[in-house]
Amino acid sequence: MEKNIILAGVGGQGILSVAYVIDNAALDAGLQLKQAEVHGMAQRGGAVQSHLRYADHEIHSDLVPTGRADLIISVEPLEALRYWHLLAPTGWVVASITPYVNIPDYPPPDRVLEELASFGQVVLVDTAQLARAAGNLRAQNMAVVGAASPLLDFSQEQLLKVVRQLFAAKGSKVVDVNCRAFTYGRSAGLLFRRLVDGGLHPQQALRLCQKFAPETVDPDRAEGWLDAVRARPEALERLLATEGVVSCDQPALPA
Amino acid sequence: MTGEVLLGDEAIGLGAVHAGVSGVYAYPGTPSTEIFEFVERRTPRDQVHAFWSTNEKVAYEEALGMSWAGKRALVCMKHVGLNVAADAFVNSAVTGSNGGLVLTVADDPGMHSSQNEQDSRHYAQFALIPCLEPHDQQECYDMMFEAFDLSERLRLPVMVRLVTRLAHSRAAVRTREPRPQNLLRPAEVARHWTLLPSNARAQYRHLTEKQPELLSLAEESTHNLLELRGRSGAITCGIAENYLRENLPREHDLSILSIRHYPLPVGKIRRLLDHVDEVLVLEDGSPLVESTVRGLFGLAAVRVKGRLSGEVPRTGELDPDIVRQALGLPPLPLAHQPETTLANRPPALCKGCPHVDTFRALNEALSAFDNPRVFSDIGCYTLAALPPLEAIHSCVAMGASIGMAAGAAHSGYSPAVAAIGDSTFAHGGITPLLSAVQQNVSLTLLVLDNDTVGMTGTQRSMSTGDTLDAIILGAGVAKEHLRLIEPVPAKHERNVAVIREELAHNGPSVIVARRSCLEALKRK
Repeated sequence: MEKNIILAGVGGQGILSVAYVIDNAALDAGLQLKQAEVHGMAQRGGAVQSHLRYADHEIHSDLVPTGRADLIISVEPLEALRYWHLLAPTGWVVASITPYVNIPDYPPPDRVLEELASFGQVVLVDTAQLARAAGNLRAQNMAVVGAASPLLDFSQEQLLKVVRQLFAAKGSKVVDVNCRAFTYGRSAGLLFRRLVDGGLHPQQALRLCQKFAPETVDPDRAEGWLDAVRARPEALERLLATEGVVSCDQPALPA
Repeated sequence: MTGEVLLGDEAIGLGAVHAGVSGVYAYPGTPSTEIFEFVERRTPRDQVHAFWSTNEKVAYEEALGMSWAGKRALVCMKHVGLNVAADAFVNSAVTGSNGGLVLTVADDPGMHSSQNEQDSRHYAQFALIPCLEPHDQQECYDMMFEAFDLSERLRLPVMVRLVTRLAHSRAAVRTREPRPQNLLRPAEVARHWTLLPSNARAQYRHLTEKQPELLSLAEESTHNLLELRGRSGAITCGIAENYLRENLPREHDLSILSIRHYPLPVGKIRRLLDHVDEVLVLEDGSPLVESTVRGLFGLAAVRVKGRLSGEVPRTGELDPDIVRQALGLPPLPLAHQPETTLANRPPALCKGCPHVDTFRALNEALSAFDNPRVFSDIGCYTLAALPPLEAIHSCVAMGASIGMAAGAAHSGYSPAVAAIGDSTFAHGGITPLLSAVQQNVSLTLLVLDNDTVGMTGTQRSMSTGDTLDAIILGAGVAKEHLRLIEPVPAKHERNVAVIREELAHNGPSVIVARRSCLEALKRK
């Protein structure tokens, strides 16, 4: 077994915390790992990336070769595109859809989203919404690890153990916020995939996920929602056009 | 796999501590900074001396003094820092060491955050000392034990060379039983350390006489591994081995010599070359081994491939893709090639950074001049070269802004303006300022005092606040031409006026722009 991951984002978004969680889960699982990161010049608002590799055998290169990446995990949509060329044909992209606009020539966010959504093996989550609901906008990085967690080789409990360890020094409130962001991200990512696998267009699936109050999101409700949409496809747009959020528990489209 | 997940830099630091180091000396510089920081964080101050030095030369000399006293010392720097420390470094090979003396240099192939990509192995060769080049994090840790032992055996400083990719990459590292520190046992023979010509000649001869021993240790080193297989070969240095093995199947026919202990193991190289028809040389840095193996006229029987022959790009960092291509393997299939070229996201000064206000004021004050130019230095403020500020027009070496502005002023160029940060000023700016004052040069020096070393992660600055002002006055700058401004938007007009007044002064003047770095404030 070998997994090659590219972590991406903007300096300050907590890429290295994402790396810490996966590194230590791999270490706890008795795997070998190498994880190259960026320090120095690129810290302040620049593009930041980390190559993370774990395996049950010896790993040679600290860098993931082009064409060998199994997974891109990005806390920012444009940054996910930046490393797309490294991905193996069987690879996946897990990305936040929340743009971090600090450059004058940032492309229209809709176009970035469209490009990501056009890729079959993608998980898209609204990390800003999830982190805010978890209690702190800064927890977007943990939301994205949560969304990626089904594609990693560790149980949810193994990963959460490291999340707790990572934030322990900052007090129980910070620990809780980050664990919540992780679980919200995991549920939202799973729900997104089940909706897409059930036939919804990725952008529609994303918008439906965003329509749910994050604490109610339950991937097991996907079938119910898919049935409701299949029965009355036109009602989905009506639901998405309404104000506010709804509970994911009751699959029901407006009349 | 058990152990602690450590950066290559951190593994160096922990290895040194476990090998019984008594003092760690450094000036911050990417990619070497985390070596010192790890030791500082992990060991009590009364056990291991760990305090930032003013610059790399001072750090080296402090380490040499610790070695003179019989204890083990580690000195760490980035590659260009060794240029600053070169005087002490080269001469320390002539004096020799007493307690183990290890210099760890982190080179930056690809110039991720440096002005050049010079290869420190040249320095080790030039100074006639051994150099170890670990290929992974575990070896970073293990080699510190060996480097100190080797230094004490040979009575010479030993270099450990890293590259950015190893310095800043993590892996699990297994640790060993720590070794106790040396007792105080100062060097006894004063003439070894007193390089008067008569002593220096004897010492230098002695250094050359040690070379056969250095060579035989490298020949026998378990870090220099020769695997003879087919008639096609490769020589790898340090981390390059990883990129080669990444691209090889489990079963292959390539003969490989991995070099991680210098001087070059001549016997092993000869055995490889006698066995193969062609050899690919992979080194993350300059083509040092490749050019040595090739010689001036090339080899009759073996084709030597690498950076000089074009199989590997002449400049830049190695990576698995470059090595794959050099091996003649086809590219791997890809999932997707994005069509559009993406907007770059370069590093930028932080929102609310005091440097932004300083350079806005400077730009406005200079707007009266035709095509004004500002000599600058190395730090976050170097980012002011980029849009939208475009306020500075040089960045060469630590402290160079002041000397260059003075030289331009000597030529008749006006206004001669230099900009430097508080820590860079301590590092290399004091002596050129003293020189400019003694020569009564018309130059305006802007010191951006943000109370920290910002670019490398907010380490302690040596000359900030009152200390900085006292140094400037002590260098002889007239009291009325040491001006203080507070770089905030509300004081923009006043700041522009102050800069204009000093630009008009015929003689040396210094403007200190004083406001703390926001990142440093966050960490306090």
